[in-house]
Amino acid sequence: MVKLKRKTAASTALLIIGFTLFLLVNEPQATYAMHIMEGFLPVGWAIFWWVAFIPFFILGVRAIRKITKEAPELKLMLGLAAAFTFVLSALKIPSVTGSSSHPTGTGLGTVMFGPLPMSVLGSMVLLFQAVLLAHGGLTTLGANAFSMAVAGPAAGYAIYRLLMRSGSKQGLAIFSAAAVADLATYIVTSIQLAVAFPAVEGGIIASFMKFGGIFAITQIPLAVSEGLLTVLIWNWLQSFNTDELSILKRRMKGERV
Amino acid sequence: MSRSAKNIWILAIVILLAVAPLIFINAEFGGADGAAEEMIQTIAPHYEPWASPLTEVPGETESMLFALQAAIGAGIIGYVIGLFKGKSEKTKQQ
Repeated sequence: MVKLKRKTAASTALLIIGFTLFLLVNEPQATYAMHIMEGFLPVGWAIFWWVAFIPFFILGVRAIRKITKEAPELKLMLGLAAAFTFVLSALKIPSVTGSSSHPTGTGLGTVMFGPLPMSVLGSMVLLFQAVLLAHGGLTTLGANAFSMAVAGPAAGYAIYRLLMRSGSKQGLAIFSAAAVADLATYIVTSIQLAVAFPAVEGGIIASFMKFGGIFAITQIPLAVSEGLLTVLIWNWLQSFNTDELSILKRRMKGERV
Repeated sequence: MSRSAKNIWILAIVILLAVAPLIFINAEFGGADGAAEEMIQTIAPHYEPWASPLTEVPGETESMLFALQAAIGAGIIGYVIGLFKGKSEKTKQQ
């Protein structure tokens, strides 16, 4: 068992080094932070994404209300999920393309509570960054929230359920959910930019390749890191035996809408 | 493989993933917000951004705010974990 684990770790390390060396040969290129910047979506699209996001926000508020009413003990866990998102999205991690980007941290809350509450928790973080850090923006908050707080968690949750149903280990399911939530966020951001700025030649598809191609590679190691960190905090929580956790686990086992 | 050993492995891999690019790649490692602009400028040269950020904080202040963001989150996580630890020890004693 230990031997096998060593092997996995060693091969992971090799993979990273391999990736890094591969990119050494290639020109490092700049990519961008995860959010669409203030004013960089045409008015129509900015409004469109706001309108697309608001229903999910309302559903999220309702989901959180329901959780806190049914199980007030879980308020702490909601706080924890929000805090995890706060920490992870503040970490600008260097990546293999020679630029930095940051994880989203939405995976933990997604596997604990399902995707809906994350629309609220995730957009709180985005609001903080837009107002205080000039990172992202208020006009583009709808689009950014849709990618990070709606689409990402939805994709992550789908993967989580799928893996849990097919009987894989919970650790693997949580890892995959967090990694997929991270990657899906960036893919959606690329789509948002591509439809707003179609290339003169090749249109939306060419644009998407440009935007997506750049940060797909940047984001892969970060998605792995994010998956691992989410598993780490989950393992840590598992080591305690409290009412909150047993309530949460019962909920996670049962079907949730 | 105990749980703590597993966690140490996980942490090691995360650190490695972040440190390896720094060692092996010669680059700026900028967050490169500007690159998004450049990309949009090349695709749509006539696009004028129609809003600008409310606050233009200096770089030092920005890193302070990022630290603050992480600190708020880490504080809450520490509080919850500590609380759970206390609770689970209490139930063990009984």
